[in-house]
Amino acid sequence: MKCDLCNKPAVVHEVTISGGTKKEVHLCLEHAQAAGIAIPGQQPVNKMLSKFVIGNKGGDTPGHQRCGGCGSTFGQIKQANLIGCPECYRAFEDQLGQLIEQSQFGHREHVGRIPQKMHTPSHNEIRARKLMRELDAAVTAEQYERAAELRDRLNELTTNVEPEPEGDRDEG
Amino acid sequence: MRDDGTTRDRDVVLSSRVRLARNLSGHPFLNRASETQCAQIVRSTQQVLLNASVAEKIIWIDLDEINAHDRSLLVERHLISKNLAESTLHRGVAISGDEQLSIMVNEEDHLRIQGLRAGSDIDAAFQQVRGTDLKLEQQLDFAFSDRWGYLAVCPTNVGTGIRFSIMVHLPGLRITNELGKVRRAAKELHLAVRGYYGEGSESLGNIFQISNQVTLGSTEEDIRDIFTERIMPALIDYERSARQVLLKRNPTLLDDRVHRALNILRSARLLKVDEAMKLISRVRLGVCLDRLDVPLHQLDDLFIQIQPAHLRQHVNCTLNDEEELEIRASLVREVLKDAD
Repeated sequence: MKCDLCNKPAVVHEVTISGGTKKEVHLCLEHAQAAGIAIPGQQPVNKMLSKFVIGNKGGDTPGHQRCGGCGSTFGQIKQANLIGCPECYRAFEDQLGQLIEQSQFGHREHVGRIPQKMHTPSHNEIRARKLMRELDAAVTAEQYERAAELRDRLNELTTNVEPEPEGDRDEG
Repeated sequence: MRDDGTTRDRDVVLSSRVRLARNLSGHPFLNRASETQCAQIVRSTQQVLLNASVAEKIIWIDLDEINAHDRSLLVERHLISKNLAESTLHRGVAISGDEQLSIMVNEEDHLRIQGLRAGSDIDAAFQQVRGTDLKLEQQLDFAFSDRWGYLAVCPTNVGTGIRFSIMVHLPGLRITNELGKVRRAAKELHLAVRGYYGEGSESLGNIFQISNQVTLGSTEEDIRDIFTERIMPALIDYERSARQVLLKRNPTLLDDRVHRALNILRSARLLKVDEAMKLISRVRLGVCLDRLDVPLHQLDDLFIQIQPAHLRQHVNCTLNDEEELEIRASLVREVLKDAD
């Protein structure tokens, strides 16, 4: 059976019976995805689509990478401005970085509290890695005053050999 | 929510709210979750919320089971969002007995932990949600990344997931046409200005919700300090100055405005909700400028009691449109009968 909207094979089929009238919708993957995104209220199509997508993780083409956790593509995330699952953050790290930076008015990294369960890597190591990344960015952008400030903070952090007490990180 | 009307900055700040967005690791976010997965999230969090000792008394409400009227009651008390009330997903809410804490399950994120206080007590609300978060994370595994902190459905909530919010009464700035400046300044400071029921809602009775938009790149304490030490005092001072301008410029006009409002409220037989809120707002302005003597907390409570679901609760039956206007007017007359 062909897609109602183009000549490609239909992979999503929806049948609605209302008031004695039967209505059928047959869509190819692309049009089904488009319908799922554009009309989030149409639950049946969305549900069928998400099952289909999860079952076809292996068939991705370059540029249409899917999250291994929920099957979202970055295009879907960007269009809805909604992320699909925690795994998406890893799958689309670079692209999401830009999206998050725009949403957060230029802020790029978390410096707030950390769950108590997360003891490794240590908070100091995480902070040092973040500062290194910020330092690189500041040097690249020729923001030398900012770079000097970040270098001082990094020095402070790396010369501080006092181990942090367990479960007391970032609590203030 | 405990409300004796004596809290700090009460002339401008009606209430304060702090909320955290949290999601469970290993579960799809709600926009990708199946019905079964949504139900599973409700089941697995419900028991934790009830048993984590996050409040002296905690009540779980299965929002799928209660009717639309009861859900509206919770919205009108700001214990759940309109989004959650209108959602078609499996969802629920845990509310503390004193209504100072509510934890919404399956709102936009798996959990929304919110602390509420009358007046400008942001810090108490912050301490409560922080304590609740610490208790819950002992039993729930929240999605977190080293780089982005607490992971959220929407990029606008990632990082700390924290939103500080105050509900403010700004009649002075409205009458002096200064609200445009407030909105422009808020935009520059990355603050959101919303209506009475939050996102997407209209301002009623010159009441607005102001909250931070940035949740990433600063600690929770830094975001709080900027909000409470810079933004709130500036906004409160601005509104108070506008009120003084009204008083100095034309006290007779001000008196006419507030007394006329009070007398309409005390004599009307039919009142629409937006008209009632506008008039109560004027009376409240008069009280804050010592032109009238009515307890502030009584007026703030009235803002809630005249909402449609509360009115229906008050008379314990369904009301048609005209009956609703009549009951509202009757309630307002009763509350304000001794006002002077």
